[in-house]
Parts: sequence; structure tokens; C-alpha cells
Amino acid sequence: MSLIDSISLPRSFRLPRVDGLIQWIVPLAIIAIWQLASVTGFVPTRVLPAPSDVVLAGWKLLLSGELVRNIWVSFWRASIGFLIGGSIGFAFGLANGLSQLSARLTDTTLQMVRNVPHLALIPLVILWFGIDESAKLFLVALGVFFPIYLNTLHGIRTVDPQLIEMGRIYGMTDGELFRRVIFPGALPSIFVGIRFALGIMWLTLIVAETIAASSGLGYMAMQAREFMLIDVVVLSILIYALLGKLADSASRLLERLTLSWHPAFQKR
Amino acid sequence: MQTALRTSLPETELASRANFAPHARVVREDGPVQTNGLPLSIRGLRKSFGDNEVLRSIDLHIPAGQFVAIVGKSGCGKSTLLRLIAGLDKIDAGSISFGQDIQPEDIRVMFQEPRLLPWARVLANVEVGLGRDRASTDAHARAEKALIEVGLADKRDQWPSVLSGGQKQRVALGRALVSRPRVLAFDEPLGALDALTRISMQRLLERVWRDQGFTAILVTHDVAEAVALADRVLVIEEGRIAHDVTVNAARPRQRGSAELAGLEGSILSHLLSADDRT
Repeated sequence: MSLIDSISLPRSFRLPRVDGLIQWIVPLAIIAIWQLASVTGFVPTRVLPAPSDVVLAGWKLLLSGELVRNIWVSFWRASIGFLIGGSIGFAFGLANGLSQLSARLTDTTLQMVRNVPHLALIPLVILWFGIDESAKLFLVALGVFFPIYLNTLHGIRTVDPQLIEMGRIYGMTDGELFRRVIFPGALPSIFVGIRFALGIMWLTLIVAETIAASSGLGYMAMQAREFMLIDVVVLSILIYALLGKLADSASRLLERLTLSWHPAFQKR
Repeated sequence: MQTALRTSLPETELASRANFAPHARVVREDGPVQTNGLPLSIRGLRKSFGDNEVLRSIDLHIPAGQFVAIVGKSGCGKSTLLRLIAGLDKIDAGSISFGQDIQPEDIRVMFQEPRLLPWARVLANVEVGLGRDRASTDAHARAEKALIEVGLADKRDQWPSVLSGGQKQRVALGRALVSRPRVLAFDEPLGALDALTRISMQRLLERVWRDQGFTAILVTHDVAEAVALADRVLVIEEGRIAHDVTVNAARPRQRGSAELAGLEGSILSHLLSADDRT
């Protein structure tokens, strides 16, 4: 064995699996430092409970079935609200992107509504719907509507006009032109809208559940505050972080599957 | 490959091809082997954009299967003429006739940009060129044949983004050829390519034109390219055909030969003298 072989050895030793774990080093380190700070009494547990206590609280709630029920309720509200708001936003984006008449008719109105912070409507929504499911679904749908509407519209408006001319020259019907040129061209922008919308979806739901709800993660956190169960409060916040990350990963996966033609998503 | 194919044919068939084939190159030694092209008659053609009269009274006859190059300064109206021939813009006055009723698939255009769908693989991009025949059962086979013609059979499953500029333009050529057009209009198709790729693309254009016998109309700013490829070079000045030059050089043409260089020089001097007058 020559000297060069022995030098190059460590480089080939790097496992490909390690690359996927790198992103978790920082969160894990934060948890480790946090645990250490709590155990040594540097941070009083009344201010911030130790991660181990949070895990314990989570375990208890898991056993009682309360945790799963609340996560499920929140997840359900988020998904249904997202589907409703996203579909309407997508439909308006398509209509206004494809038809000048439709754009002139509705765009100004939508832009005005967009500039009202949707969370400012909470008092009104409670008056309208009370604190039942429809109030939360309405708020989530409203919050999700705008990023998807704006990005769908933008995506369709920015499809390369040379490609559209090409499609027409080669005898594509309007349906084919939409399916083969306009929609695929708008898709990257639509995904940007989806990822923005996912963030707004969680934000809206948390606020709505914190103010007016009788179940769900936000409600669980508010109840815990009433009884000074700070470990459950922290647990709820961590679960929100995890669910948010999960939603983002799901949309990224979908992006990678549908945009494999895009240079940004090809294997390097 | 070529020789293997040739020897696999029976002797008699070879003999009959040589002697009796109706499309043998008897009439025109250097033209397309068999013309499938359409003749083109343009009368009194005018086109304005706003107050700007781009084409003023163009009269032109192009025989079936001819390779015509159109040159001129930028803004002289050469691309407008091509777009009108291809039916991309509406004509203001005058007429363009192909001597018979035509199908949309009979006329194809190739642009300076390849205009490929980035989200469709190479083969699917070529299938787009089939027009209304896209849904037919032999669409795949026809697109593959067109890809072989442009020498990209091995790229059929690639995304356009991984191809080089010259390869993309060859896919665009395959897409234009797949419907067996009878008129093919080129709008500076090689303008964005580097010098070497240009030359190999010029050879490819000449080869497919000879093989398929369509009527070719090439708009270019490169006079050397025009005389190397065309049977006839039209010089457009201020919306009119100022010169109509026949190129008689035998094919395949020797690039840089004295004959072509002389022609190129005289056409260039036309263009430059027009420049001096303005």
C-alpha cells in the first residue's frame, strides 16, 4: 500500500447517509444545551421545562389519547381549510390568468380584500360562525387563498409567449395548450404559492384555535396555560414546528416529483 | 451501416432504382431528389405595423422544392415576410397562394430559439410537431424516425435542459420535419449557434432538404450561409425585393470556393451600398 492510498482513505470513508443527518445537528444540539441548562438550574423549570419533562408530558397525553385526538383535529382543520381556500385561489388564478375579462372584473376587488389582515376578521368570524368548525375553516381558507391565487396568476402570466405561439403553430387546441404548455409552465410558481400558503395555514390555525376553540392543538396549549402546565405549552409549540416541517417536506417531495424536468431539481 | 444496408438489397432492385426510378435526379442534378414541396406565389403583398410600412408590394414566385434565402439589413422586413408566408401574422393587402388547398401540417416554421417544451422529453417534443396526428398510433414511430434524421435518436428520453444549443435546435428541426411539411420556413435558425455548430447544422439542413424535397425559405443575416445553402438569394431593402440572385453552384457545395465567395461579395456590396444611400 502506497502513501497516497492511505492518505485518500478518509475521504472515501464519508457515508452518504451522513448528509441527510446534517440538517438535524443544530436542532439536536439546541435540545442538548437546553436540557443541560435546565438540569443545572441555569434556567428555572417554571420559565422553561427541561426537554425530558416535555417528552414525559407528551407521553402522558399520548397514553390518555388526548394528544392524538387534538393533533388529528388540528390536522383535519388545516387540510380541509387548505383544500377549500387553495382550490378557490387556484380557480381564480386560472380564470384571471387566462381571461382578461375575468381579471378586469375581479382582480381589483381581490387585491383590496388581500390588504385586510385576515386575522383581523376573527371578531367578525366569531359573530358569524360562533366557535364551531366553520369559523376555523373559514379563516384558514381565507389565509391560504391569497398566496395561491397570486402565484397561480403570476405563473400563468409569465409562461413564455414564444412557447404559446409555438403551441398554436403546431395546431394545439385551447385545452391542449393549457394542459401541455400553460399549466406545466405555471407549475413552479404555483408550488411557491403552496409553500407560502402552508406557512399561513398553520399560523392562522394556531391563532384561531388559541382564541376560539374547544379542541385542537391551540386549545390544548391554552388549557395548559390555565393550569400552569408549562411543559404541555412547550410541547404544543414543538408539535407545531414539527407539523410545519412535515407540510413543507411533503410539498417539496411533490415539487421534486412533478418538476423533474426543471434544472433546479435534477440530480447533480 | 450504409454499405451493409445497400448490399442487403437484391441486385435487381438496385438496378431498377438506378435506371427507372421516376424521381431519379435527372431533371436537376443538384436540387432535391424528388420534390414534395409546394410552389409559392406572392402578389402585391403589403404589411404595416401602425404607421410603419414594413413590406410595400412584394411580388414573388417560388417554384416547388426551391431553396430560397432572404437577406437584408435588420428591420428590412425579411422576418415579417417569413411570418406572413407561415401564416403567423395577418396580411394587410395582396395574396399568398400555394397553388392548392393546404393543411396546417404542410407548413412549418423553425425559429432562432428552439422553443422546446422544457417539461417534455425530447421524443414528446418532436411528437408535438405531428399537429393533429399527435394522437395517432404511429406517433411514437414517426417521431423516432424524425429524431434519427436529425441524428439524436440516443437523446429521445432526455430533458431539453441537458442538451447543448445545437442539439436543441436539431430537436426543433426534427419537430418541424416530423409532419413531412411541404414548405419549411426558417427564421434565422442558426443565428444563436457558434461557428462550428452552424456549419454542421447548415449541412444537416441541406441534407434534409435534399432528402425530403420541401420548399425551403431561409431568412438569415449571414450572406455566406445564404449562398452556401440556397438556389436563389433575395435581397430585401426597405420592404421591397431589391435583388434576386440565382446561385448555380453545384451541390454539395465547397464552402469558401471562389465561386461562392464572389457571389457573397457582390450581394454584400448590394447591401452595403444600400446602407451608404441611407
